[in-house]
Amino acid sequence: MKLPQALVELRALSKDFGAQRALDRVDLQLFPGEVVALLGANGAGKSTLVKILAGSQPHDRGELRVQGTQQRFDSPLAARRAGIVAVHQHVDDGIVPGLSVAENLMLDELCQAQAGPWVRPSDLHQRAAAIAAGLNLDLPLHAPIEQLGQAERQLVVLARALALQPRLLILDEPTAALSAAEAQRLFELIGQLRQRGVAILYISHRLADLQCIAERALVLRDGRLVGEFNAQQLPQAIEAMLGVALDPLRFVPRLPGREVLSLRDVRLLPQTRTFDLTLHENQVVALTGLLGAGKSEIAETLFGLRRPAAGSLHLDGQPWQPRSPRDAINAGVFLAVEDRAAGSLVPGFSLRRTLTLPFLQRFSRGGFIDRRAEAAAVTTQIRELGIKTAGIDAPMASLSGGNQQKVVIGRWLLQEARLLILDEPFQGVDIRARREIGQLLRDGAGQRATLVICTDIDEALEIADRILVVRDFAVVAEYPRTDLSRNALVAELAGSAPPTPQTPRSTVRA
Amino acid sequence: MPDSLSRSLQAAPRRWLEALIHYGLLLLLGLIVLLFSLVEPAFVQVSNLFIILQSVSIVALLALGVTLTMAVGGLDLSIGAVAAMSLMIASYVMVVLDWGPLPAIVISLAGGALVGLLNGWLIVRMGIPDILATLGSMFLVIGVQLIPTGGRSIAVGMTLPGGEETEGVFSPAFLALGRGRLWDTVPVPVLVTAVLALAVWLFLERTRIGRLFYAIGGNEQAARLAGAPVQRYKLLAYVLSALLASVGGLLLAARLGRGDVSSGNGLVLDALGAALIGFAVLGAKKANAFGTLAGAVLIATLLNGLTMLNAPYYAQDFVKGLVLVLALVFTFGLARHTR
Repeated sequence: MKLPQALVELRALSKDFGAQRALDRVDLQLFPGEVVALLGANGAGKSTLVKILAGSQPHDRGELRVQGTQQRFDSPLAARRAGIVAVHQHVDDGIVPGLSVAENLMLDELCQAQAGPWVRPSDLHQRAAAIAAGLNLDLPLHAPIEQLGQAERQLVVLARALALQPRLLILDEPTAALSAAEAQRLFELIGQLRQRGVAILYISHRLADLQCIAERALVLRDGRLVGEFNAQQLPQAIEAMLGVALDPLRFVPRLPGREVLSLRDVRLLPQTRTFDLTLHENQVVALTGLLGAGKSEIAETLFGLRRPAAGSLHLDGQPWQPRSPRDAINAGVFLAVEDRAAGSLVPGFSLRRTLTLPFLQRFSRGGFIDRRAEAAAVTTQIRELGIKTAGIDAPMASLSGGNQQKVVIGRWLLQEARLLILDEPFQGVDIRARREIGQLLRDGAGQRATLVICTDIDEALEIADRILVVRDFAVVAEYPRTDLSRNALVAELAGSAPPTPQTPRSTVRA
Repeated sequence: MPDSLSRSLQAAPRRWLEALIHYGLLLLLGLIVLLFSLVEPAFVQVSNLFIILQSVSIVALLALGVTLTMAVGGLDLSIGAVAAMSLMIASYVMVVLDWGPLPAIVISLAGGALVGLLNGWLIVRMGIPDILATLGSMFLVIGVQLIPTGGRSIAVGMTLPGGEETEGVFSPAFLALGRGRLWDTVPVPVLVTAVLALAVWLFLERTRIGRLFYAIGGNEQAARLAGAPVQRYKLLAYVLSALLASVGGLLLAARLGRGDVSSGNGLVLDALGAALIGFAVLGAKKANAFGTLAGAVLIATLLNGLTMLNAPYYAQDFVKGLVLVLALVFTFGLARHTR
């Protein structure tokens, strides 16, 4: 059999960080017109491999060949010249606030030396429009980029990358911020690219995504390539990724206990519909919906970050209206926000400081911090959550994404909550860590109500006893977990649903 | 294994670099002391060392105030003006009004606290960026203190604009604050500064509110979402900063024995410099009490030694600038390479 020449080929590629080996003799080949999934647990070396291919970091040893020629990229520009472009996980790293959508699309061209010193707005818009049209994207080109939602921003970043006409496109968690319908649009785009002969290296924790689009999966573990699998062998791929077989999900249903919180006739914005919502002790409830449907806004209302336009909140039967996060926390309502970097982490803070930040009072005597009591509590949390760290005073930046996520969730477990709200707790977390976090939340749910926001339906199905669907800033449907049809749920999310199984009001009051 | 050997060899210079960044400025301080004492034996005499500390005590107090505001992610430019105002208030109360030292101290501190509240209000309530707000209040305060005396300095026995002669005096007890020595060796200002520096250090490093100060400075949103009363603590930082500056002004009044309108104006830049040099001490990369103190002492030592060696006075600012730039290179430039 005669194989076509590989577009990109790695031979015994290695990379060290200090004494730690991030990549260990990796061999792989990528061919034009194929979609290859790159799998690996947090810290397996996926990001390092992407950085080397995209030119953010040079490799230490081994060979990197692009169409037969040996390369060693010292800048993203060098990689781009060889036809390799990466779209990174954090969308906001790829856009420039203050510029319009068109300007953002044309950013790479504007940055080039031969572009000349003058910018003609009409020219710029014309070319930006051509880029958007080539991808069948309908974007408001004149609008400032800030007006776009996360999903549209993602598409802008992607379009920008595609305008460079790459031969290898690397997508790092492109669906992390997208809901199912939006992800579907991305997959269509990927399909088009593949037909044009572009090779795509796709990194995701969402196994459902991979099953949709990837022809084969490469698995990294501890910096080594441990196997190659086709799309039908995903369970084996996961086993290879984790080094052990994953136990089947153990789901013990939990019955609702006392009512903790209820929203009555609440209207989030003046123009949106009213809805009711009741949360009980001992139950884990998932809130799902498309991006921008208003899930986070419901959480923010409960946490005192915004006031509802109408309606009333009741906590343990008493009317209640939090005026600030501080108010909410004092009442036992805790929220782990979606954006970990912007909302939870403090640059320069160690694990210990990050973990104890909300409940420092507990470790203080006469205003002074009792460092021994603090250390003991932190050590306990590290053990219970299975956080992998060099020590309690390790900087947060030294932890992998999954472990950072455990810390910012764990901080809200330091004290018994009445209502614990977690906004997208599984983002950027590999499947094993996701199961661990989910189990931990379910096991500890006895004395509190737990509300988990997840855009990903499979995540919702994995963790929740009840699933609520949010659309246009209101809870529009409710499903008990039993006899739930995933397809009906998807239809409801998109708002194209046939009659819902139950109306929200009747179930909530039932 | 040859592989691991080569790696550990690579790691060795890295460790040296890290150690250099960590202890660089303290080493520099030690080196300067060593050098000066070799060239000029009088330098290391106890009396001279206390002269150095005395010369730095007022700037150090102001720098500790800036450190507090920097910890919450802000900056207080009005401290020099507040110190000058406090000096003028104290002089006015004692010399013109003849109310005695205790009311002078209380009213000065109250005036300082008021400016701190104003700063906090402008920043927290009005949402004015910290540098602009404190720059504005700096000009305001500099202007206000000139009004009661018609722009003249206050001295014992001076003639007021109205023609009558003042009768009040700086009492010996008040002057002792600036000129006295404990056990005939430790100057009182050094003692006051040492105690307050320890208090600020304890506050920032060991108390709950201090920890929250740093959280607010690092990521205000994260601190708010963790339940910290962000606005209240930012206000507190500016009040504490202004109070420390007021104490500095009182010590200055006690040392000078007159209400000199032009004193205190140069203090703000020296204080800022000391606090910024503090970023580099022990690799802190943030405002911290120990670093600020070390930064202030480093500059004072350098200036004292150079003066002893008859270096021209106009070289002083050049030397301060050099140390500051060096410190910033230690903190930000070199630290980048160790990653």
